[in-house]
Amino acid sequence: MTAQMLIIFFSAIFTDNILLARFLGMCSFLAVSRQIKTAVGLGAAVTFVLACTSVLNWFVYHRLLVPFGLEYLRFIAFIIVIAAFVQFVEIVIERFSPVLYYALGIFLPLITVNCAILGVSLFMIIREMGAVMSFFYGAGSGVGWALAIIAMAGIREKMQKARIPKGLEGPGITLIIAGIMALAFLGLAGALTPPQ
Amino acid sequence: MMTELLVAVAVIAALSALLALLLLTADAVLLAYGECTLTINEEEEKVVEGGNSLLAGLMDEGIFVPSACGGRGSCGLCKVKVLEGGGPLLPTEMPHLTEEEREDHWRLSCQLKIRGDMALELPEEILSLQEYKTRVKRITELNYDTRMVRLEMVEPPELKFKAGQYIQLQTPAYGLTPEPVYRAYSMASPADRRDYIELIIRRVPGGICTTYVFELLEEGDEATVNGPYGDFVLSETDREIVFIAGGSGIAPIRSILFQMEREQNPRRATFFYGCNELRDLYLVEEMREFEQKVPNFEYVPVVARHEGEWDGETGLVTEAVDRRVEDCSDTEVYLCGSPGMIDASVKLLQGKGLTEERTFYDKFA
Repeated sequence: MTAQMLIIFFSAIFTDNILLARFLGMCSFLAVSRQIKTAVGLGAAVTFVLACTSVLNWFVYHRLLVPFGLEYLRFIAFIIVIAAFVQFVEIVIERFSPVLYYALGIFLPLITVNCAILGVSLFMIIREMGAVMSFFYGAGSGVGWALAIIAMAGIREKMQKARIPKGLEGPGITLIIAGIMALAFLGLAGALTPPQ
Repeated sequence: MMTELLVAVAVIAALSALLALLLLTADAVLLAYGECTLTINEEEEKVVEGGNSLLAGLMDEGIFVPSACGGRGSCGLCKVKVLEGGGPLLPTEMPHLTEEEREDHWRLSCQLKIRGDMALELPEEILSLQEYKTRVKRITELNYDTRMVRLEMVEPPELKFKAGQYIQLQTPAYGLTPEPVYRAYSMASPADRRDYIELIIRRVPGGICTTYVFELLEEGDEATVNGPYGDFVLSETDREIVFIAGGSGIAPIRSILFQMEREQNPRRATFFYGCNELRDLYLVEEMREFEQKVPNFEYVPVVARHEGEWDGETGLVTEAVDRRVEDCSDTEVYLCGSPGMIDASVKLLQGKGLTEERTFYDKFA
């Protein structure tokens, strides 16, 4: 049981990275990966929200939608839960840690529209995970996403001094790097086999 | 089929309602700060509704903390000292506060939220800031594009200011602006006359406020100002003074000269006034009178281009300063005018021994 949880957790980080293997959550990945500092902040926030919403959505799906036979409504239900949860987290952070609140700034509301969050909730249903497993899958995906954006921010900080062909500046070179990173992560496939 | 649809709608509605309720409760419970007491300078207590920024909360109580950006945290002017209840320093305040200011409990009032009782220390100048209703008493044409406007205080009947300070003149909504805007003008009048102020206003083509002053404002009209603001005031030392001004930058220096005349201030003072052509020059006779009335004052008008008769200084004002001022190692310099003129003058005089703490300026924004 424990071993399985760990496999889920680590495979979500390395072999089945939500960003580099599934290419979900690309918009904020491209937009907020200029500095390591902000990337760490956003990565931490995404990880927290992912771990919580995957469990919340598990209960919404299995305890509310399935009994009424409303599985087809999961998209809208998940989005509502994610939006409300992010809003709730924002209120709590503002109350108890104004410093963190201002540091995260616009990132918090941005998480609402991060498709990696919805993606994890949907994968968790498709792969028929349990509640605990969903938590580990969500947390692992969050760490994986954070790892990818921090790595990208590190590369982009270094790249500021590089001479990039004019036409590739900005999103162009970032997407190419993301592709190469994805290839590198592909090399880890097979090291861990997530239970399908 | 129908029941299925109703159930679906009901479930989603219930889920949304539940979450909305949760958020409303969180908002009401967590973000309600209730009534907070602001203790100002250990004497005055103001009770305000929590949750607002300190800047807005103070404004509701009639305390105008200077702010040029309107509370967006970009100008850094709205600093106040928060002794208690300020909470940790926010990242948005950092760029505007020096190490010493942070240790001294200075905060940016537009970023700081009122979350509980607070103890503040506000300088006297801020407490005396308020809005004044005035009436246009006299408009004097100084030259072809500059006027002096005398505003008589109506309510409150007196405006207490220091020579060199400025007010903000309100331009009411008219053709060029859908809402009132404010522009800063220095007082040109003597500070011991509290019943009126004089402003020197140069026409800016297409300018919202100057068009209002030149096209619409007439003697007898009402005008609203607020202030006074600024720390461009004469220091209390006995160092030699160099004044440098261009255009309507003469205004605060005129006010300071009235002060020096009243005090019979013995400091050596030289006033370099730069303009492009002879027709730009105004208030020359008054400045010559100051040379008689202020013990050690000299007026040096500098004209860049001239066609008629002119036996004074010519060229740029910095060139005249360069010719006449040799050593600045114990001189205070007061500058008012365009940023370009100020920067060039400061650079020149720093080469002659001027230091930052002996430099005072009022840049046109």
